[in-house]
Amino acid sequence: MSTLEVRNLTKDFTVRSGLKKTRLRAANDISFTLEPGRTIAIVGESGSGKSTVARMIAKLETPSSGEILLDGAPSAHRGASLAKYRHDVQMVFQDPFASLNPFHSVRHHLERPLRIHQVARSQADMDAAVEALLTRVNLTPAAAFAEKRPHEMSGGQRQRVAIARALAPGARFLIADEPVSMLDVSIRLGVLNLLARLQREENLGVLYITHDLATARHFSDEIIVMFRGNIVERGPSDDVILNPQHDYTKLLLAAAPNPKNQGRLREEVRQELASSAAAPGDAAAVRDRFGTADL
Amino acid sequence: MPDDIRDAETVTPAVDAAPSASVVVDGLPPQNHTQGIVPDVPITTPDHVVAAGPAPKRGLRAMLPPFSGKLLIGLILTLGILLFAVLAPLLSQDPRYLKNASRLPPSSEHLLGTTASGADIFAQLAHGGLGSLMVGLLAGIIAVVLSLFFGVVSGYTGGWTNDLLSFVTNVMLVIPGLPLIIVISAYLESRSLVVIALVLGLTGWAGGAVVLRSQAKSLRSRDYVSAARVAGEKSGRIILVEILPNLLPLLTAQFLGAVLLAILGEAGLSYLGLGPSGSITWGTMLSEARAQNAFLDGSWWWYVPPGLLIALFGCGLALLNFSIDEIINPRLRTAPAAVKSVRVARKNRRAGKPAGPTASTRPSLDASTRDDEKVNA
Amino acid sequence: MSAVPTKPAGDAGVAPGAVPVLTARNVSIEYQVDPVVKAVKDVSLTLHRGEILGLAGESGCGKTTLAYGLNQLLKPPALRTSGEIVLHDKDGHDIDVAALSGERLRAFRWDKISMVFQGAMNSLNPVITVKAQLFDVFDTHRPGMSKKEKLARSRELLELVGVDPNRLNSFAHELSGGMRQRVMIAMALALNPQVMIMDEPTTALDVVVQRGIIREIMRLREQLDFAVVFITHDLPMLLEISDRIAVMLRGEIVELNSSENIYEAPQHEYTRKLLASFPSLTGERGSFVRTGSGTGDDTGEVA
Repeated sequence: MSTLEVRNLTKDFTVRSGLKKTRLRAANDISFTLEPGRTIAIVGESGSGKSTVARMIAKLETPSSGEILLDGAPSAHRGASLAKYRHDVQMVFQDPFASLNPFHSVRHHLERPLRIHQVARSQADMDAAVEALLTRVNLTPAAAFAEKRPHEMSGGQRQRVAIARALAPGARFLIADEPVSMLDVSIRLGVLNLLARLQREENLGVLYITHDLATARHFSDEIIVMFRGNIVERGPSDDVILNPQHDYTKLLLAAAPNPKNQGRLREEVRQELASSAAAPGDAAAVRDRFGTADL
Repeated sequence: MPDDIRDAETVTPAVDAAPSASVVVDGLPPQNHTQGIVPDVPITTPDHVVAAGPAPKRGLRAMLPPFSGKLLIGLILTLGILLFAVLAPLLSQDPRYLKNASRLPPSSEHLLGTTASGADIFAQLAHGGLGSLMVGLLAGIIAVVLSLFFGVVSGYTGGWTNDLLSFVTNVMLVIPGLPLIIVISAYLESRSLVVIALVLGLTGWAGGAVVLRSQAKSLRSRDYVSAARVAGEKSGRIILVEILPNLLPLLTAQFLGAVLLAILGEAGLSYLGLGPSGSITWGTMLSEARAQNAFLDGSWWWYVPPGLLIALFGCGLALLNFSIDEIINPRLRTAPAAVKSVRVARKNRRAGKPAGPTASTRPSLDASTRDDEKVNA
Repeated sequence: MSAVPTKPAGDAGVAPGAVPVLTARNVSIEYQVDPVVKAVKDVSLTLHRGEILGLAGESGCGKTTLAYGLNQLLKPPALRTSGEIVLHDKDGHDIDVAALSGERLRAFRWDKISMVFQGAMNSLNPVITVKAQLFDVFDTHRPGMSKKEKLARSRELLELVGVDPNRLNSFAHELSGGMRQRVMIAMALALNPQVMIMDEPTTALDVVVQRGIIREIMRLREQLDFAVVFITHDLPMLLEISDRIAVMLRGEIVELNSSENIYEAPQHEYTRKLLASFPSLTGERGSFVRTGSGTGDDTGEVA
């Protein structure tokens, strides 16, 4: 049974402002299961807690409560069990600029995980493995790319290196934290398609974190909508998008830009102005205005 | 629920309260994420109004300071004086040979004259150079190693290690350096060059440690460090391999600064009579010159050369440090060049084209840049 | 690449009866670095009164540089090497923007054309109140205003953009991201400009907040009748709200037409590529915003 299960994950942060200490619950009682070959998307805005969930699963943060089970067994925070976990669970970060060390070459970035997880031993094996990884992510000629440093590559290329690095240990589960939101628009689909292809080839379980509903729908089987640390809706992608149940999901969907609504906003605004009898400065009207749900 | 949705505009307070350095050594912006969309081209292409400057070089060469007048003069001064300190002793007398006639002015036989005790001043200058520089070098190394340990380990590790190391650092910061040096030196019975260097090094690391600590803390929250942790890298290796290389320019600057301070410190100590006993350094020369009334009887050839060499060497180190600053903060190097290149371009254009609206834009360059600062407030 | 002849300065897709307010002709801007970078190449466009012109393109295409150029905000090493920029003032006469300097430039800025910069909400001064910043704008451009007038106008502006006027005494960090952006828009509106240039005004905001800001901008446009140059990479948003869209690639405008025409019949290959980059939210699973084609190929990137 190959699964990555998240059970009742909760994360609290203490926020200090002056002398006051308040507790901020970034994620509350999150549970879901990643399976090989399937993609789950977590969709939410900033502050929804989706990145915190991702970081907890990547073991960059320790949960305040709850557990993470790999193949049914609770995963540890140190020692050999953690090493095994790291072999199986990897992460691609959002910022292609910051996720590669400016000082080191691509080769270094790929060799480290290979060495740590003993995928390759001799230098010859190492070189071959590095080239194979680069070829898989379509960075060819691989030998040339291996010597490049991050600032010599474009954002899309850097992100591909990050994906190659995540694959290097031979992971079974991949957490992609907004992998394309900092890339140029025309590059995004290429990178997402790469991830989809690699998932098919490796039978990976992928957790896709994003704020973009459209790509979430396009690339995942299941969507989980988070708001302020809680899961507010979940289900198969098409169901959530085409038949949303929760108010927040409906709000998100309505707010997303949709070219099919061309000119509609203009008409709405015009009508609103025509019908409203309020002069500027009318307190009630002002309160009304930003009290209206912005749909 | 609708109320909550409307309130979705509220800001989520930042969780990681890491102090934001205004510039972080690895060249990435201070906050963990670059804002907005990263241009999908190599960073060499300027994408918006701030100049990117010439194409960055690869790897270690990217760490070298850009060539400039400052760098050249700094190198000439420091290397020149170093060379002097190394070679001149071979060409001069034994500085402790006291059988010369005393208080002689400069002549062909004694280039800088002789001291009140009959020693050749040039010889003393030559040998003293080595003494001063060695103290400086050793003290610099001690200071950097200590600030590295107290700064980087504490900044990266956090938790109680950080608390402990920071406590020590803060105590050392608060204790006034010069009085401490004086007290320790006065307390010690015999002071060799090494001991002096030790004292200077042990009192001079705290400032650097604070800077390194905040840098290490910034770097710790970098995605590439997180990525290394996720890949399974151990903390020790992360500090050595991922964080330290990015700190090299900063460390070099700290080293040069520490050497500078140590040399000046040693000169000061010697001047007060607390310097290395039995050794000759530029500082001891100054001290002896004062004691023998050289300032009053006008034998400038005794006290000016050592003082001048100390000043010049310090100047050279400072210039080298400024050049290194340009690596750490690349904007320092591009702004003046940028203004110059635009001026040149305008001039060329005007030379080639008939005078038109462009002629009047020249004065507006100055006015508009000032305006920009106001409007962009 | 299909070479489509550039249409004459912004004539395609213009609404009938539209009156030009800003004309840019053959504008070129270079960065004087080594080697010289031609950021904007021979760009011509016409903005009409009350119109929303979307400027679409990815980073590095020159859209921000062009915006700065239109406003005479270029900083070295950027240099406008050719072209003319003319504002057709509503009182009838034309202003040669490129020739302005010194006092006249200062009077022109913010009064006729104002700008909301990228990441503007993060450039609010953190140590002074919102009121102080708004007052600063008035002090710079309308030195004669009395304190009472400034206060009244500031309150009016905040109401206009949908922020509670009592927030005048708040500091930047006390406001949410959306509110800060509204304050920036209020500052840009302070002198009733005829043209507003907005550079990625909603990029860093959540989609719900974004929708609110967009709505606000459209409301203000209806009330105050200014023209907007809206710069962003988010093509679906532009398709929804702009009257016309100019698509920029590597310093040139490759297509300039009404939103409808761009959506229904994109001419340039790059426009089609951009449209294809946005998966459709509610359409067929696997279809893209316009082309309706299936999953795009994973195109590799060569060295």
